[in-house]
Amino acid sequence: MAKIITMTSGKGGVGKTTSSAAFGTGLALRGFKTCIIDFDVGLRNLDLIMGCERRVVFDFINVINGEARLSQALIKDKRVENLYILPTSQTRDKDALTQEGVGKILDELKKEFDYILCDSPAGIEKGALMALYWADHAIIVTNPEVSSVRDSDRILGVIQAKSRRAEQGLEPVKEHLLVTRYDPDRVEKGEMLKVEDVLEILAIPLLGIIPESPAVLKASNVGMPVVLDDKSNAGLAYADAVGRFLGETIEHRFIKPEKKGFLDRLLRRTA
Amino acid sequence: MNADGDGRRGRAVPLCRMRGQVGSDTDMSNQVAFRDAPFQLRGSTFTMMVLKVSDPHNPNFFPVLSGKIAQAPNFFRNAGVVLDLDDLPAGMPFDMDAFCKLLKNLGLMAVGLLGGTKQQQDAALARGMALIAAPRGKVELFDPLAGTGRSPAQGLANVQGQGQPQAQAAPNPAPAPAPAPMPEPAPQRSAMVIAENVRSGRQIYAPGGDLVVIGSVSPGAELLADGSIHVYGALRGRALAGVSGDQGARIFCQSLDAELVSIAGLYRVSEDIGKDIRRRQVQIYLNNGYLHIDPLATNVA
Repeated sequence: MAKIITMTSGKGGVGKTTSSAAFGTGLALRGFKTCIIDFDVGLRNLDLIMGCERRVVFDFINVINGEARLSQALIKDKRVENLYILPTSQTRDKDALTQEGVGKILDELKKEFDYILCDSPAGIEKGALMALYWADHAIIVTNPEVSSVRDSDRILGVIQAKSRRAEQGLEPVKEHLLVTRYDPDRVEKGEMLKVEDVLEILAIPLLGIIPESPAVLKASNVGMPVVLDDKSNAGLAYADAVGRFLGETIEHRFIKPEKKGFLDRLLRRTA
Repeated sequence: MNADGDGRRGRAVPLCRMRGQVGSDTDMSNQVAFRDAPFQLRGSTFTMMVLKVSDPHNPNFFPVLSGKIAQAPNFFRNAGVVLDLDDLPAGMPFDMDAFCKLLKNLGLMAVGLLGGTKQQQDAALARGMALIAAPRGKVELFDPLAGTGRSPAQGLANVQGQGQPQAQAAPNPAPAPAPAPMPEPAPQRSAMVIAENVRSGRQIYAPGGDLVVIGSVSPGAELLADGSIHVYGALRGRALAGVSGDQGARIFCQSLDAELVSIAGLYRVSEDIGKDIRRRQVQIYLNNGYLHIDPLATNVA
């Protein structure tokens, strides 16, 4: 049975699109047929992060409006088998999304895919509501920082009130927390919230902690999901998060500051 | 007209279609006589306001219109308007005389009637108004992207021939019973000129003619024209020329780095644009059903 996962946060700039690209690619690498949909109508970015911006002809909104077939708008990833991207329109706005239109497309995608990952726009307005309405799972992307945590708390409330599962009194949307841009050194110095602090406020299961890493920006700029960079901590952390999502028990890593000494580092790596 | 909309809209209506109508081309003596005539009779194109009337009996009709005029009194002072009564429900009584007098009170001169029924045309003629043939595709010409949910992508057909059924623009609605005192000339075309950079997310459509951009077009911006598209700058967004099916339309740009280019529904995406022509001055046109991208001659030397 296909599952709809919504990547959301409330706050902007916390790494939703980066996480959608990495997480969706991670699912596909595990052999699941996965489609990532860009819901950020008017601020199209997923195609850039996925490196397929040169292949966009039709988009999500064209399909909703019946101007193109789904198969014409889906872009197959060239690197990873089973991975597809549904880009959005840059020239329209969120009003182009309708609950029925989105639902119809998701139903169609459900027949073909194992996972449908909805990359939500920031905010709690129409775009975000459309992205979360049909969700079975919600991954809340949060930075270890007070305003991000507050906004995540807000979006969790919205999910619990306005999703289809809430409206129809079904089993609630499964919530997962993904902490991104985590810098253990700054946490140690007290400049950044600890994971425990974030968990205390949000009180949802922790899916993963993605360390702050230069590999993320580099990956975005070359259009490669960071999970494909298996030399980066961030890439490995996303792969771990995918494993946990699929029910595996994997210990969290990259949450303690790296030891400074060369010998220490050598010992840690080989340990 | 771009998608942002614009409160004050006008539409080009070929007011006079007399060119080539006075004296037949083969009748030399007539032509000579005409050359010496104490007047000149020429065709010209004006932008006219068209007042589309759907419910003239609505008590708010004239107050709302008056409010609109108050926004730009100089623009509307003694302005001529063409009436379009196509949206009037069939059988609804319409007093042309009284209506035009009320318009006059607001400072608007009803100078012509677009299409209309025989009865309406007679009433217009009796008032000394001209009968104007409905231009082709009149409704779509007005504000093609507002609220209809219609996207220019409808004009796209896949190169491999998998275009969706409605790929080409729908045929024009049945023309209103036009008085057509003279044969229809070739459609008039005027260019829309945008003298600024076109930013990401902006969509500009030039209905019925060419689109000229003096500036660059950012990725994520979209240009559409029924005619050709000229970009005096870098084209980094999308450009769709001939969106109503004109296969003779072309795209010109100073530096080609487009996301997508399309002519009359045949398109090519950025990935399929060869490196050899990238960032060069090019023209893009259709020939034998193929989309050609050629460097402009000046760039070859």
